[in-house]
Amino acid sequence: MEVNSLSIIVAGSGGAGAISTGTLLLNAAGLGGWYAYLTRSVGAQIRGGEAVAQLRISRERLASHDDHFHVLLALDWKNLGKFASEMPLAANGLIIGDPDQGEAPSEFLASGARLAWLPMKQLAQTIPGGRPNMVAMGVLAGLLGLPHPLLDTVLEKELAHKGATALAASRAAVKLGLEAIASLPPIARLAAPQMSTEPRWTITGNQATGLGAIRGGVRFVAAYPITPATEVLEWMAPALEEVGGVLVQVEDELAAINQIIGASYGGTPSLTATAGPGLALMTESIGLAVASETPIVVVDVMRGGPSTGIPAKSEQADLNIALYGLHGDAPHLVLAANSVQDCIFTTQWAVHLAETLQAPAIVLSDQALGQTRAVIDRPPETIFSTKRLTAEPPATGAKYRRYTVTETGVSPMAIPGTPGCQYTADGLEHSETAVPSSLAVDHQRQLDKRERKLGCYDYGDAWADVEGDGTLALITWGSCTGAAREAARIWREEGRQIKLVSLRLLAPTQPDKFASLLDGVQHALVIEQTHSRQFLRYLQAHYPLPSQVECLNRPGPLPIRSSEILGKLAKWK
Amino acid sequence: MEMTIQNMQLAQCGSRSAEPYDSDSYLSGVKPIWCPGCGDYSVLTSLTNALAYLQLSPEQVALVSGIGCSSRIPAYTSVYGFHGVHGRALPVATGLKITRPDLTVLVAGGDGDGFSIGGNHFLHACRRNVDLTYIIMDNQVYGMTKGQASPTTAPDWQGSELTPHGTGVNPFQPLVIALASGANFIARCFSGEPANLAEILVQAIQHPGFSVVQILSPCVTFRPEQRQWKNSVRMAESGLDTDIRTAARRLMEDDGMTVGQILYKGKRPAYQPQSASRGDIHKLERGFVL
Repeated sequence: MEVNSLSIIVAGSGGAGAISTGTLLLNAAGLGGWYAYLTRSVGAQIRGGEAVAQLRISRERLASHDDHFHVLLALDWKNLGKFASEMPLAANGLIIGDPDQGEAPSEFLASGARLAWLPMKQLAQTIPGGRPNMVAMGVLAGLLGLPHPLLDTVLEKELAHKGATALAASRAAVKLGLEAIASLPPIARLAAPQMSTEPRWTITGNQATGLGAIRGGVRFVAAYPITPATEVLEWMAPALEEVGGVLVQVEDELAAINQIIGASYGGTPSLTATAGPGLALMTESIGLAVASETPIVVVDVMRGGPSTGIPAKSEQADLNIALYGLHGDAPHLVLAANSVQDCIFTTQWAVHLAETLQAPAIVLSDQALGQTRAVIDRPPETIFSTKRLTAEPPATGAKYRRYTVTETGVSPMAIPGTPGCQYTADGLEHSETAVPSSLAVDHQRQLDKRERKLGCYDYGDAWADVEGDGTLALITWGSCTGAAREAARIWREEGRQIKLVSLRLLAPTQPDKFASLLDGVQHALVIEQTHSRQFLRYLQAHYPLPSQVECLNRPGPLPIRSSEILGKLAKWK
Repeated sequence: MEMTIQNMQLAQCGSRSAEPYDSDSYLSGVKPIWCPGCGDYSVLTSLTNALAYLQLSPEQVALVSGIGCSSRIPAYTSVYGFHGVHGRALPVATGLKITRPDLTVLVAGGDGDGFSIGGNHFLHACRRNVDLTYIIMDNQVYGMTKGQASPTTAPDWQGSELTPHGTGVNPFQPLVIALASGANFIARCFSGEPANLAEILVQAIQHPGFSVVQILSPCVTFRPEQRQWKNSVRMAESGLDTDIRTAARRLMEDDGMTVGQILYKGKRPAYQPQSASRGDIHKLERGFVL
């Protein structure tokens, strides 16, 4: 049987090389012309905990994982059985274990998948310096039907720095794995790829976020390491040097947010990246950016919460704090990326909006986007004419009014160094001339101004992705969009219509635009990865919804899968 | 040129007619919220005198502060100012100076802002040694919230209803901590000696790296006994210690009332990350091609 996509899992304890095997296979598939999508899941231990690479390879573009995996290859089992619910296997699937690593956990066998044994450790030991994960790479490449020369190319590219001996050992181990599949039961055959004329990219969501920031003009980053956002920073540190920018690792998130406010006050577009705990620490100063009208971008790569929560696994439950976490009436921008590739556009757009509107923008990504690596078509270059409205030296005798009330709400911002415009940016309420004021009239005027500048701006079509048509709609956001797209595709393949709405701009809300795109929709399914239905409550508070609305929600870390969405839709067939 | 106290003659600095800026050039005209008799008035005067001595263009100077009585100072000056949230003046100033090394960046605030809520940033600003001048107006009390104990308050001070038996906690030693953490210039001054304060501020601004100037600045409203500081401070006989062990001993043995001299001057170069702009975003993007 030939299929359009195959999904596999490589698992092992941390340090066994499961994630590298997955990454090498993704690169080989990408070079061969397939699309690929690799998520990683790691336990709480830095080394020795369970590490799982989930890889889907397809001839079509990919939005998410499939519902089931066709192959689970375990280098060892350790605690893997406990996490079986995160690795659903197809009934005709194949489990490959190593007889030296003990019995396969019953949780996996319950799926009905066939069990096969391969002595990967013993095979690896026949080669000096051979590693079981490289044997596994050969086994899986063989099952996926990836051409052998591609594997050589990828090994050469990724392992050459380890030296000729190590490279030769890896090649030999891969070859042993390829030969070993003769003893395994067959699986479905992956359809041949559609080659593209332009070379494709391999990128993670966190790298894409960094690239979007640099495309948008960010040249200063201050940040504190935190899972799962750290890779944004690790990619940006050398990348910023390349374009004349700077990244500073700081003492805590309070320093991070305030350093970027200081840098932006000085005229440099600035960003920080964090996760929920860091965002919680930053909220006071995000309010300072609102009041002082200082443009900044804060990326929150969400993980399970509250408190330390589940640091390395995904959830969308920071929606409320991003929308409502600031004290006082504090209008700000909240955006959400809805695919790995979209992390580029959404972050770039956030920089553009923050700079244009002199306001803070929070960009919500999550672990499922940030730590997923995908093979994508070369992303288009988006050109925004991003330029902050700055003040020129005033005519002699004229007083510069930093917070002057304008029709758009945006007032020219003087950059230090500009003669005659000296002012004190302030978190205290202030008059138009930036003098602290507790007068009711100044408070009202400045609140109106700050609300108007975000409210009056035309955000165009990018505020939401709208795909398809019909009286039935899926309404979602962020990483859940992937499974929703997959479900909508299958639904349409069955000859039915469905509209998919994925909101990219969450604040300020766009009630008129929302009403018009839901015109004619009678049934809607809201999809989100939170426990308390934060997104549904947000929609109910701000938007007119059809009379029949259902919600498919679940907290992390289990992703919502397209089959569950289709199951919910079944009654509206 | 190395400044010496003898050759500065700051008293005349506001009247050198050939120069474009006098001390009034650095005042905004906004009336301070400070109580009559507050030491901070004198700090404002010394600061504007120091800026006039240095003849810095007001638009090339930025003064960053947090929250508290003394943190109101930026609005009273005519330089660029940033009045942020409580305790975060140092990070704001750090981000500004790293991205705008052309500016002279000053930071001002009180003992609560700098040593309590902002204490962690104080340690790391000393470590990082960015070219900033940190002016701390220390009155050993939270004035803006009407008189609570601060990190530098004596443990037996019973003037606050919040700590009726005193704090019972050892006072913070800001200059000892600054020295241990890596500050490059350390001085203690008294607001009641404004000419001396202006001289020290000039040198602090001129010295590369992170300069800490602690100023004993009385709060006559909530610590009226501080009016007697003019009798209890001692002008130091010598200063300019460049040996860190000597400076450490001197700071450790001092009762906190020795003022008027530079207590430590280090030679560490200021932290200023360099980034050669090759400007090639396409090179970055090629890194993603399979």
